[in-house]
Amino acid sequence: MSDLAQTAGDGVVSTSVPSFSIWHQGLVAAVFWLLTAAVTWGLPDVLPWGSAGLFAAITATGGVLLLALALTLHRLGAFGRRIAFWGPWLIAVGVWFLVWEYTTAKTGWLPKPFFSPPHGLLQVYVTDWSRLLLCIGYSLRLWGLGFFSGITVGFTIGVALGWSARFNYWGMPILKLIGPVPATAWIPATFYFFPTTFHASVFLVALSCGIPVAILTAAGVSQVNRAYYDVARTLGANDRFLVLKVAVPAALNHVFVGLFMGLYYSFAVLVVAEMLGAKYGLGWYIAFQSAYSAYANVYATIVIMAILCSGLVKLLFVARDRLLVWQERGLI
Amino acid sequence: MSALAQTDGPARALSLDIRSVSHHYDIAGTRFDVLDDISLSLTPGEFVALLGPSGCGKSTLLRLAAGLEHPRQGTLLEDGNQIEAPDPSRLLVFQDPTLFPWRTVRRNVATGLEARGLLPQRAHRIDEALSLVRLEDFADAYPRQLSGGMAQRVALARALVNDPGLLLLDEPFGKLDSLTRLSLQTEFLRLWQTAGFTALLVTHDVEEALLLAGRIVVLSDRPARVLAEFRITADYPRHRDDPDFVRLRRDILHELGVQSV
Repeated sequence: MSDLAQTAGDGVVSTSVPSFSIWHQGLVAAVFWLLTAAVTWGLPDVLPWGSAGLFAAITATGGVLLLALALTLHRLGAFGRRIAFWGPWLIAVGVWFLVWEYTTAKTGWLPKPFFSPPHGLLQVYVTDWSRLLLCIGYSLRLWGLGFFSGITVGFTIGVALGWSARFNYWGMPILKLIGPVPATAWIPATFYFFPTTFHASVFLVALSCGIPVAILTAAGVSQVNRAYYDVARTLGANDRFLVLKVAVPAALNHVFVGLFMGLYYSFAVLVVAEMLGAKYGLGWYIAFQSAYSAYANVYATIVIMAILCSGLVKLLFVARDRLLVWQERGLI
Repeated sequence: MSALAQTDGPARALSLDIRSVSHHYDIAGTRFDVLDDISLSLTPGEFVALLGPSGCGKSTLLRLAAGLEHPRQGTLLEDGNQIEAPDPSRLLVFQDPTLFPWRTVRRNVATGLEARGLLPQRAHRIDEALSLVRLEDFADAYPRQLSGGMAQRVALARALVNDPGLLLLDEPFGKLDSLTRLSLQTEFLRLWQTAGFTALLVTHDVEEALLLAGRIVVLSDRPARVLAEFRITADYPRHRDDPDFVRLRRDILHELGVQSV
């Protein structure tokens, strides 16, 4: 696919003479997007998937927009340059849509039910959006409760482990023993010990992200340069100040490494927990739909998960950059 | 001590009495004697330099005076009271500025006031301290954006904002380039003359001691003992081509076992 995009792009760019400013990559992308729309609308589906017209309309709109951009991009300044940066990607997406559409819906080379054309996924969003929204809500609630309680407890334990020698003596061996056990291994036990599967799921998500946060926070706090404590103590700091205003900010870099690890673990555990014992949620939806071989629904849900999870990762990056602004390279 | 820390206004210089202090460390089962029966008294407002070879235990003496560690033998008194724990009335300035990298210059200087809950009443002192070390324009910079000399000046401001009665300086100019060192020495002398604290400066730079101190105490190699004391009565600013200065320098270097050139 990328080879095709590459040769197509090169061919157009190198052969055409720039008489007046046309964004060639945009033009190529527009061709593929419009071609996708034509194939989707013009050729009959082997099996009915629904929403073919909607997908054709979306890709046609995209193609027309790209065409307009191809002619006007040189007048759009900084915004235009930002769009132009993504030119190769826009071509690749157009090619991908075209090949995907043709090999699934139009020829059936990639057969139902394991494969679905793009408008098959679109059909899922169109027909089942209310249930998907509900599932998103349930998943975010479970994830939010688990993640935030997990990192709160993990962070607190981590600070205590890094700060207090006695707490470290008793706590660290236990954490080192239990830490490497995958949180999912606790599933049978937790489903027995907790009153509801929801409570058990929250606990599992919390456990999965709490442990890396605790370990990394402990490492960060114990590695703080002793001289900072000496300075703060001579300036009149009490233990509370030393922990909250010296140890924690000095360890924050480590804490964020733990948070990123915990975030990824929490997604994994979230989906497994939902698959095993939840009434709603994206993991439950995937398990439920795959039981009926509704793979289009599964793929549509995976797309939602990808967007949600990468969005949360992005949020954590933003939070880190805000809190660790002092590490940035100099302004002067 | 705490009563002093509560008052807002010029510091009252404090006296320091070091009485027969000996100290050793146990490192990996081996005993390292660091200080051997050191006795030294600083009167309020005095500027004393401790001069000795590298690693002779001068820094340890300052840590004991700051209250960060306790001596194995002997006592240290501040204005007649035994030094038990760190107190903002006597502050330590290290060779490394050890600024908190996550705090801006202003918040670094504010640390002492913040730690003691005095920030609301004395916020104005921060700007005063910053202008004292001529860093008003860098109040919102982060430490990593500062040069070595600027960082050390922030460290001085961070100490001075607390109106210490006794300032303990552990080679504070040791890591600076020679030009920055000269200007900072002059600046520090001005601060000492105006703020009126007692100063105990650890250094291995004979000229620095001669330029700044009223008394120079020469320490031996580890374990440190007091070898000799020199009183310097010359007026400030001092000039290094002064004949007395040259003679003292030769005598001190002789005590340290170095033949002067």
